[in-house]
Amino acid sequence: MDVTITLTINGKERTVVTDPERSLLDVLREVLHLTGAKYGCGEGRCGACTVLMDGRRTLSCVTPVAKADKKKVTTIEGLADGDSLHPVQQAFLDEGAIQCGYCTPGMILSTVALLKNSPQPTDEQIAEWMNGNICRCNGYTKILKAVRRAAAQIAEVKIQ
Amino acid sequence: MIEDTFVKEILEPRRSESVEELSSEIELSRRTFVQMLGTGLLITVTQGVSLGQRRSGGGRSITVAARVHLNRDGTITVMTGKVEEGQGSRAQLTQAAAEELRVAVDQIRLVMSDTALVPDDGRTAGSRTTPSTVPAVRRGAATARELLTRLAAKQWKLDTNALNVRNGTITNRKTRQTLTYADLAKTKEIDEAFKQRIPSDITLTPVNQWQALGTSVPRPNSRDIVTGAHLYPSDIVRPNMLYGKILRPPSYGATLESIDLSEARAMKDVFVVRDGQFVGCAAPSTVRAAQALKAIAKTASWKTVPHPSSKEIFSYLKKHARTGGRSRPRTRGSIEKGLADASKVLSETYEVAYIQHTPMEPRAAAAEWKDSKLTVWSGVDGPQAVQGDLARTFGIPTERVRVIVPDMGGGFGGKHTGEAAEEAARLAKAFHRPVAVHWTRAEEFTWAYFRPAAVIECKGGLDANGSLIAWDFTNINAGGAAIDTPYNIANTKILSASSDSPLRQGAYRCLAATANNFARESFMDELAAAAGADPLAFRLAHLENPRIRNVLETVARHFNWPERRKKVTPELGVGLACGTEKNSVVAACVEVGIDRKRGEIKVHQVCEAFECGPIQNPANLLSQVQGCIIMGLGGALREEMQFENGKILNASFARYLVPRFKDVPKIDVHLINKTDIPSAGGGETPIIAIAPAIANAVFAATGIRIRSMPMRSALLKQL
Repeated sequence: MDVTITLTINGKERTVVTDPERSLLDVLREVLHLTGAKYGCGEGRCGACTVLMDGRRTLSCVTPVAKADKKKVTTIEGLADGDSLHPVQQAFLDEGAIQCGYCTPGMILSTVALLKNSPQPTDEQIAEWMNGNICRCNGYTKILKAVRRAAAQIAEVKIQ
Repeated sequence: MIEDTFVKEILEPRRSESVEELSSEIELSRRTFVQMLGTGLLITVTQGVSLGQRRSGGGRSITVAARVHLNRDGTITVMTGKVEEGQGSRAQLTQAAAEELRVAVDQIRLVMSDTALVPDDGRTAGSRTTPSTVPAVRRGAATARELLTRLAAKQWKLDTNALNVRNGTITNRKTRQTLTYADLAKTKEIDEAFKQRIPSDITLTPVNQWQALGTSVPRPNSRDIVTGAHLYPSDIVRPNMLYGKILRPPSYGATLESIDLSEARAMKDVFVVRDGQFVGCAAPSTVRAAQALKAIAKTASWKTVPHPSSKEIFSYLKKHARTGGRSRPRTRGSIEKGLADASKVLSETYEVAYIQHTPMEPRAAAAEWKDSKLTVWSGVDGPQAVQGDLARTFGIPTERVRVIVPDMGGGFGGKHTGEAAEEAARLAKAFHRPVAVHWTRAEEFTWAYFRPAAVIECKGGLDANGSLIAWDFTNINAGGAAIDTPYNIANTKILSASSDSPLRQGAYRCLAATANNFARESFMDELAAAAGADPLAFRLAHLENPRIRNVLETVARHFNWPERRKKVTPELGVGLACGTEKNSVVAACVEVGIDRKRGEIKVHQVCEAFECGPIQNPANLLSQVQGCIIMGLGGALREEMQFENGKILNASFARYLVPRFKDVPKIDVHLINKTDIPSAGGGETPIIAIAPAIANAVFAATGIRIRSMPMRSALLKQL
């Protein structure tokens, strides 16, 4: 039976009437037309569907939409502040840490969550945290550099 | 043709950044159609020009207008049939056009892989973009520049020698008068001039004068990637679109005997079709379509057939090998005499498992029929090839099929075929609504194709001095890429034999070159050991090719091979390998550590040298080499398809283990810029040295010689 779910997506309140067991990913992509979160495996093993729910990293393909009720969801489309990119987005651009780019939204949002919890991660912490995000172009080397760069930049901004 | 109505529909902005471009450039009255791609790119193209030239790919001459279009705002649209799937072709082809047109790269708008707009540049495969399409685009751009210069010269009644061309501006050196490309685009002569065919012998800018090529231009639409604005094939939504699902057999070769569609047909908002063995359904959401498919599947009765399992695959391939008949070996000297003269003969067999590309974006398509014309958005490597396939399937002329490939989520040779495109088109035709078909990961793992498994039989003979004098090498099933030995051996016999592959197999990044190089470079190590020689010295003693020698010596120097080779540390080993394919050369040194308890091979460091002629985009080439190294770790260590009774047993990322962050070793890449030869592609060959270098390092660490890929399961058996 369909239920009504109210959630804040990228700062805007949205109401969705749907099957509560339907994945948050499907609702984002097919109902709200936010296609930045990607389908990669459907079982939470690749990280392509990563979004932030109340600031926490969430695999939207294995999250029933009912769990997002009354929550704040950030997708890649809501990360930039107008024309000005989030430092993590900028770091991925600056390092050229993009090949096909299909994993990129998930990588960026995972990084945002990582830097929120540990602003100055070691390489081991980065690898441990990002291990759930697969890049099949295997651009891990440049992605690691992008995460380091974002951490450095965020630290710099905070000091000022 | 594409009508204005179509234009208006597709321009319905789903993203705000597209709107401004539209208003500034739309010119529907004269230039008759406008098309916006997923990138937010808006272009105008003269109707008929590119369509008329569309089939003229594959090296045949096309007109300048089919390749280059001048926009009145001074930007230039360049058209190519090549696909961007993460390998960097968008940046590289943009650079190619900018170079010869003498403009900045941001003045070029590259339209890729839309059969209604672009010439046929062949499939995006085989590392052909760099050696074939880059020169083709450069010739088109150089011709355009020359024609524009001539038009300016004509206006000023001067010889072209009296003019300079820079930044899209032609200058009369004497008077300092200028004409821009945009000025000339408004003249009547331009259309006539651009009808000329692109000559094959037009002079291109020499490497030492490159301005745009040779620089690290980032991917032009990378901002759209980091903001999520870019629409991949699986992101395309059409008005009134349904989401489709296809009924799959429970095992390979199974045929449908009976089915009851009534329950699904009674479901609200659900559409169902059956056409022989093809059964599909669609609904306004994926979840609804999946529910309908479940209702359909439970009523299906299937006739299954026996199918070999991955446990017996190598004996199966060997048993079914076709080594006679048309499979003729290539020979040099006399292999019989070489082996008879040898004082030591080694004979070993190597095995390579089936693996899959697993691009992050599984197969996806959206299809729409309108007025008996079909438009399909899909992630495929060959838009024109799929256009032809669709035309044949539906019995309509190719002109009535348009295939658009938005920059897609990876391929690695795995998206040559347009299954999802055809499925979406069939459902869309049956239901009279646009339909999207997005394969699940399990569907991709099961119904896409695989890199071939291989059995490789090697025999080598050493003379009394430890020189290699006989080489007998047979690859069963994987193919002939890089099968010839680059080593100087007097007596050789080399054969690529086909077999009956139980799994559907096809292209993959560097395809058989990985299998052949794994066997050859591992076996070279075995022969070096038998000869009591250092693996590097043994190779160099048999190697004349100066390019391979160069990468091998370069990597050995950077890795400090002689020192590290001598150092003995328990459970730690170093190995090296080299090779050549697709006119590029590679060598790698690796260090591995062995955890005997867990049966783990941990790759600590990969040092690789690579050379593919003049480097066109250093940053992109580095990404490609790094990507090949890490992708190579997957096939070397853990990736293998397991199957039994016609079912894939590990059709998920939980059970098919691709490289992840924690698997990434220290990577040192040394790119060699060799400027006196033509550029070759760099997205494939760097993968072929990884597996054998690891196998050789494992041997150095443990004394155990692993002769199969992936190595982890093989090592576990021997520990």
